[in-house]
Amino acid sequence: MIHERFDAIVVGAGMAGNAAALTLAKRGLKVIQLERGEYSGSKNVQGAILYADMLEKLIPDFREDAPLERHLVEQRFWMMDDRSHTGLHYRSDDFNEERPNRYTIIRAQFDKWFSSKVREAGAVVLCETTVTELAQDAYGRVIGVKTDRYGGEIHADVVVLAEGVNGLLGSRAGLRTTPPADKVALAVKEMHFLPRETIEARFNLSGDEGTVIEAVGTISRGMTGMGFIYANKECVSLGIGCLVSDFQKSGETPYGLLEAFKRHPSVAPLIAGAEVKEYSAHLIPEGGYKAIPQLYGEGWVVVGDAAALNNAIHREGSNLAMTSGRIAAEAIFQIKSRRDPMTAENLALYKKMLDDSFVIKDLKKYKDMPQLLHIQSQNFFLTYPQLVSKAMQNFVRVDGTPKVEKERTTLRSFVKARSWTGLFGDAFRLARAWR
Amino acid sequence: MHIIVCIKQVPDSAQIRVHPVTNTIMRQGVPTIINPYDLFALEAALALRDKLGGEVTVLTMGPPSAEDSLRKALTFGADRAVLLTDRFFAGADTLATTYALATAIRKINDVYGAADIVFTGKQTIDGDTAQVGPGIAKRLGLLQLTYVSKVGSLDLTARTIDVERRSEGGVQVLRTRLPCLVTMLEASNEIRRGTMADALRAARAEVVKWSAQDAGVEDISKCGLRGSPTIVKRVFAPPARAERASMVEFGQEPPADALIKAIFARQPKLEADLAELARGY
Repeated sequence: MIHERFDAIVVGAGMAGNAAALTLAKRGLKVIQLERGEYSGSKNVQGAILYADMLEKLIPDFREDAPLERHLVEQRFWMMDDRSHTGLHYRSDDFNEERPNRYTIIRAQFDKWFSSKVREAGAVVLCETTVTELAQDAYGRVIGVKTDRYGGEIHADVVVLAEGVNGLLGSRAGLRTTPPADKVALAVKEMHFLPRETIEARFNLSGDEGTVIEAVGTISRGMTGMGFIYANKECVSLGIGCLVSDFQKSGETPYGLLEAFKRHPSVAPLIAGAEVKEYSAHLIPEGGYKAIPQLYGEGWVVVGDAAALNNAIHREGSNLAMTSGRIAAEAIFQIKSRRDPMTAENLALYKKMLDDSFVIKDLKKYKDMPQLLHIQSQNFFLTYPQLVSKAMQNFVRVDGTPKVEKERTTLRSFVKARSWTGLFGDAFRLARAWR
Repeated sequence: MHIIVCIKQVPDSAQIRVHPVTNTIMRQGVPTIINPYDLFALEAALALRDKLGGEVTVLTMGPPSAEDSLRKALTFGADRAVLLTDRFFAGADTLATTYALATAIRKINDVYGAADIVFTGKQTIDGDTAQVGPGIAKRLGLLQLTYVSKVGSLDLTARTIDVERRSEGGVQVLRTRLPCLVTMLEASNEIRRGTMADALRAARAEVVKWSAQDAGVEDISKCGLRGSPTIVKRVFAPPARAERASMVEFGQEPPADALIKAIFARQPKLEADLAELARGY
């Protein structure tokens, strides 16, 4: 055991862990951060989009040296059936601003950079060190961690659990339950390498401009899921994810979905001739507000994916992770400044501060959405996309049919598939969940 | 006892890609590792230190980012790390590299105590020359033991070391006087996992950084590209082989029989040769 005592131990060096460790170190606390991978980011496979605002709060001048890929000027939403997609594209030159709002990043590189900032701030960062369990005293209070290194027990006033979606430590210590299959999605992703010019031509980009495509429809075969395509500098991240419980029920395979997505006539030309360099899979918390576990206890707090903080509707995960990590650190700093102990009663401050932030407010807003989409997945991910495709084709195809007749056909197809009650019911439920 | 281990930060060859058009090695984004052979050298040094006491200093020459490799060596349990870094060292071949490293080792001897043994890996996985270890020994006038598969006993009073050395057709058991230089073979040991105390110390340790001047280089023209007579004439990726794999159908017979039959059908000479060899058995 290490006799040196720390103010805080941060478990994990992803977005949440790095934000927490950085903030604690900047506040002058004695922090040790433990990461299982060879370096921060080495285990990370996220695609990924970075929201500038949340990072600016931690590192205001990050644009100077962070490894950013492209700033996003365009967002495309696709509703797909097997042969077509109906798209909504939003592109604005306003996003070509001096301090862009969103970037594509490659987490393996980004996290490494982020971690260097944590080190610079004065935290001790130990990689290739796996925390095996939480050290607890006779009363069950968390007093530190045990690791897989010889003599590797470390004690601290508080442990920040930023261990990611699986939350093994928390589960093992009985602080939370393992996330159920209908509260997590399994996403698979590939990195397709192409020359820069080819990417820019295919995605209609110039310079460092970037775009994101998000797609729903028959690609998820009726399961609750989504496909995505991110244009990076010299590669395209492409993947698809669905609820684990849906995979269980349907017997579909994630790689099967990915292969079909890649072969889709709308997708195939974008990645033609590319060299695939990486195939990865990851779990994403999808339970929303109702799936958030207990966030604090005697001597511990939990942040980021480990706390299931993910906004599935806006696909924001890493910024909630960063923000929760920062807020947890601020709360710990406040308690420490008052020379108060890290009891559950005092650490409730973290929950209170998080409740007041956009993190919980946003998740609360969509608290009924996951359930609606999960239960009605057949309608929202299979029936409607097919109907929309049919309607669009009916609208644009010129074949001598009178327009009145065309409109009637389209309407009939909707009513036939979902009935009037079904249509109004879906619209009503969707509107209420959105409100 | 003082042991110096020379290590090199190399691109992970398992993850290197060759540019399809220019045929050059694409180093960008390729993760770096400690040259795998050097880890056997490091473990041999650490094991000796643990048994007999003393210190292990790791030394590398490279860009500032090579500090990562040194820190890793400290995490394994090395006591001190020295990074030789200077733009004058860039582009060095083995002649210029041994000049710089030998100079730095002399300086380490002066500052931290004379080394009893210098360890290196057999070769690096990026250059593959196996010249740097012997080159350092030559420049420093050290006895050299190359291709060592096992470090035996070390007698500090008699100042001798016993090692097993792999040679063509056998193993040589050698005893040599100290100080000496040892280059380690692969699979001669297994690098340890550093303790938590080592990891903590490594995370906080200050890596000693020396420029050419700091290290006491007298003739800068012997360093880096200027000091390197080696000329790279051409870099190329060998073309992919044209042979294609073929599938062998098998019906009732065992698959191995079908496979051998198919091979013999294409290589009648091989069948005849094997039949010849098998005669008398």
